[in-house]
Amino acid sequence: MTRLTRMGPLQRSRLYLAIALITPAALIMLAVTLFPLLQSLYMSLVKWNLARPQTIGRFVGLDNYASTLGDPRFWDSALITVEFAVLAVALEIGLGVLIALMLNRDFRGRSFIRLLALLPWAIPPVVNGIIWKWILNPRYGALNGLLLQLGLIRSPDDYIVWLGTPTLALLMVVLADVWKETPFIVLLILAALQTVPPGIHEAARVDGAGPVRILFRITLPLIAPTLFVAIALRTIWALKSFDLIYTLTAGGPSNGTNVIGYYTYLQSFVSLDLARGAAIAYLLTFAIMGLVLVYQRLLYREVRY
Amino acid sequence: MAIMVTTFPRYESLLARRVRAAVGPAAFYLFLAMFVFAVLAPFVWMFISSISPQIELTNTPPDWIPQHPTLFRYQALFFGPQPGQSIPGSAAKFLAALVNSLIISLGTTVTCMVAGTLAAYAFARLAVPHRRRILLGTLFAQMMPVIVIIIPMYITMQAINPVLHLMDSHVGMILLYSGYLLPTVVWIMDSYFQTIPMELEEAAAIDGCSPLGAMVRVVLPLAGPGLVAVAAFTFLSSWNEFLMALIFTASNAKTITVAVTEFSTQFGVDYGLMATGGVIGSIPPLVLAFLLQRYVVAGLTSGSIKG
Repeated sequence: MTRLTRMGPLQRSRLYLAIALITPAALIMLAVTLFPLLQSLYMSLVKWNLARPQTIGRFVGLDNYASTLGDPRFWDSALITVEFAVLAVALEIGLGVLIALMLNRDFRGRSFIRLLALLPWAIPPVVNGIIWKWILNPRYGALNGLLLQLGLIRSPDDYIVWLGTPTLALLMVVLADVWKETPFIVLLILAALQTVPPGIHEAARVDGAGPVRILFRITLPLIAPTLFVAIALRTIWALKSFDLIYTLTAGGPSNGTNVIGYYTYLQSFVSLDLARGAAIAYLLTFAIMGLVLVYQRLLYREVRY
Repeated sequence: MAIMVTTFPRYESLLARRVRAAVGPAAFYLFLAMFVFAVLAPFVWMFISSISPQIELTNTPPDWIPQHPTLFRYQALFFGPQPGQSIPGSAAKFLAALVNSLIISLGTTVTCMVAGTLAAYAFARLAVPHRRRILLGTLFAQMMPVIVIIIPMYITMQAINPVLHLMDSHVGMILLYSGYLLPTVVWIMDSYFQTIPMELEEAAAIDGCSPLGAMVRVVLPLAGPGLVAVAAFTFLSSWNEFLMALIFTASNAKTITVAVTEFSTQFGVDYGLMATGGVIGSIPPLVLAFLLQRYVVAGLTSGSIKG
């Protein structure tokens, strides 16, 4: 506050104005973001099971974290989450780069393609779940019907129960996620590719570099910042997945798609153990923060080549 | 060296060159067709399913093109089921959910735009102490899984419900969504304001404009397209949100994302009706995204890539 007294009247009035302008946003964020964040940190350190009201509020230290980390179901769920995130993000980025490279030229209908790519991105994730649950329906679904007509399935008796086994179901969740997220990544990478000066490729070609070398030594390094942001954001969102799981598989079959986001929901609002739910959610938060720090290091190293 | 290489081009027979010239565009347009199909087909199938009679949906293999297209599901969702139709009871509340989503998304957008513009302007122009740290901190909040906020808010909102009635209410949802989206809104708008040259406001100040006047008369008109994009993003995000709506809304403020997941009867899930709800629920975000496509990618990346 000594700084405040040293300020000139103009500076001080600007500071007061700044405070006044920030106050509405700050109040809302404090009330429904910051305060709840601290409150759930506290809740993760006490007992808070709605099914056992008499024990609510008893301080237990790190017990909720310890019992979570000692629970094999938590680790199953963590493993599934990592499998889902790695597979989905790798496919989305890989396909995104590939498709963007293909589309990065002048052709008729270019703006139509850009418009089209927004469709899966814009629709609610819940609707994505509905679309694929219907397509993958074992008896009436479009996918089995299509495979039957293409002759890849001999008769309706051989219809595949897409969401019937844990591994296959997880792959189908990945498929739905890839469908929704890849087109937007294509748009992001296309935008980044536009900033690559075309002369560079020509120069490299003249110097005798093949197309693969040009891709890995010139194009990809030049769009690295966009790539890293896309990978980082996609990973964070994939680790938090909930809507798609809720509508498509409800975590099943036999917990095969029970990712952390869904597991936390079950613990909190089905088993009603809110303290345990808060602890799991915080573990996920710590994991995401760690990942973001790692990504940030990589990003800044990559930019200064 | 360069000249030497160009004088020895890789040998390619005339025939090979002709084939490549002919196949190249063909292969490209085949790839393009596959991409278009992959993106469109799932959504188009949902639309087709929404206008197919029940009996055609259960054919093996399905009728790809409806023989007797019907709008009875749309009619049932908007005007209530007609006598003799087997429509789940939850369909009657669909229109209310649509209105709830509209009110909540609009309310959230207005709240975020007003509070977010003011705050972002202060951060961008008025030398707020610890500016960078505060902005980064708000983004850190974005990394949290939203359930971290939901769990304590559930307790809090129930506790204060006798006084404030935020549970299952429009105002409660608008507050929740605004708090969740404001960090991103402030972050993106701050980076928009940064791109507007300070000299313009200095000129306005010399002409006797107050900082607030300069914001309203100079900065806001210039940031217009950016503001529209952020508003669209806010509306879209609140319209599509599901988990908070699932926990905090019931009979009174239930949103469309929750409503479409509830079309099941004792005989199972009514996929045709779910598809219809899905099509209707997708229209507002699709219209917004298509209208604003120019700004969507540019706008949403400018905020994040600056990081």
